[in-house]
Amino acid sequence: MNPEINDIDKQVMRFLQDNIPSTIRPYQDIAEQVGLTEDEIIEKIASYKEKGWIRRYGATLRHQNAGFKANGMGIWQVPDVEDRKRLGPIMAEFDEVSHAYERPSFEDWPYHLFTMIHGESKAEVEEIAKKISEKTGVKEYKVLYSTREFKKSSMRYFGS
Amino acid sequence: MDRQDRDILNLIQTGFPIAAQPYRVIGEKVGISEKEAFERVTKLKSADVIRRIGATFDSRKLHFKSTLCSAKVPAEKLEEVASIVSTYPEVTHNYERNHQYNLWFTVIAESAERIEEILAEVCEKGGIPEVRNMPATQMFKIKVNFKFKDKKDES
Repeated sequence: MNPEINDIDKQVMRFLQDNIPSTIRPYQDIAEQVGLTEDEIIEKIASYKEKGWIRRYGATLRHQNAGFKANGMGIWQVPDVEDRKRLGPIMAEFDEVSHAYERPSFEDWPYHLFTMIHGESKAEVEEIAKKISEKTGVKEYKVLYSTREFKKSSMRYFGS
Repeated sequence: MDRQDRDILNLIQTGFPIAAQPYRVIGEKVGISEKEAFERVTKLKSADVIRRIGATFDSRKLHFKSTLCSAKVPAEKLEEVASIVSTYPEVTHNYERNHQYNLWFTVIAESAERIEEILAEVCEKGGIPEVRNMPATQMFKIKVNFKFKDKKDES
């Protein structure tokens, strides 16, 4: 844990790690439970955002219910390290790509770049992957789909 | 979902207001009252369109390590191994995928050592020879917002 994060911060962030209180004055509710004022809570949350501890603060949607029915993991063979540096950002530019990473490859796993691609259907995801392939010139790729979801949760960094 | 619901979703998935009266801020931007904004958000939550409202932390800035793991698991053992993997609070996502590497999961922990420990335990408890640890070596993008297209109202 980052040593800059003190016990009060942990207490406050524990309220933010899944759902903030479902009340019309959520920060007032947190304040009462932590023993600070509403203004202090607001200042703290704003400072966490500023420091980058909080990457995003807002609503997470269940995409399946909101029109994003399909997502696929694009895996791309880009053996040259310089090509990866050049092509990763191009893949990242696609709006439908939420995550783009370089990861280690292995003898039986010759893929280097990973992209999570979202669309309204599997066909649309395939279409986007094809566009990425055309734009980057990477021809050796696959799209893997989740055929079963065993767990999907948000990380509880600060305990329960 | 009507246009106002979509406006609210677009607004609050980018940023939920950090202000004493967050629903008043939402209402002002969408053109409805504080009370109506609150009621609409409550409804979208109970309809499970909104999964949660809260913070997404930057694991690296908190000094945590994260990784993506994959394993080749015989079909008849998949469910058992997957449930062992899912018991760890450090595992946030766990899926079967259509590949010979058929089990894919993410691990976030305080140290790389803790991640190795979890993976060794999964191998031992699950009776599988290997879990592949593939932490990102470069990050090009992390985005979690999606813009809602303004299509025909379906309320």
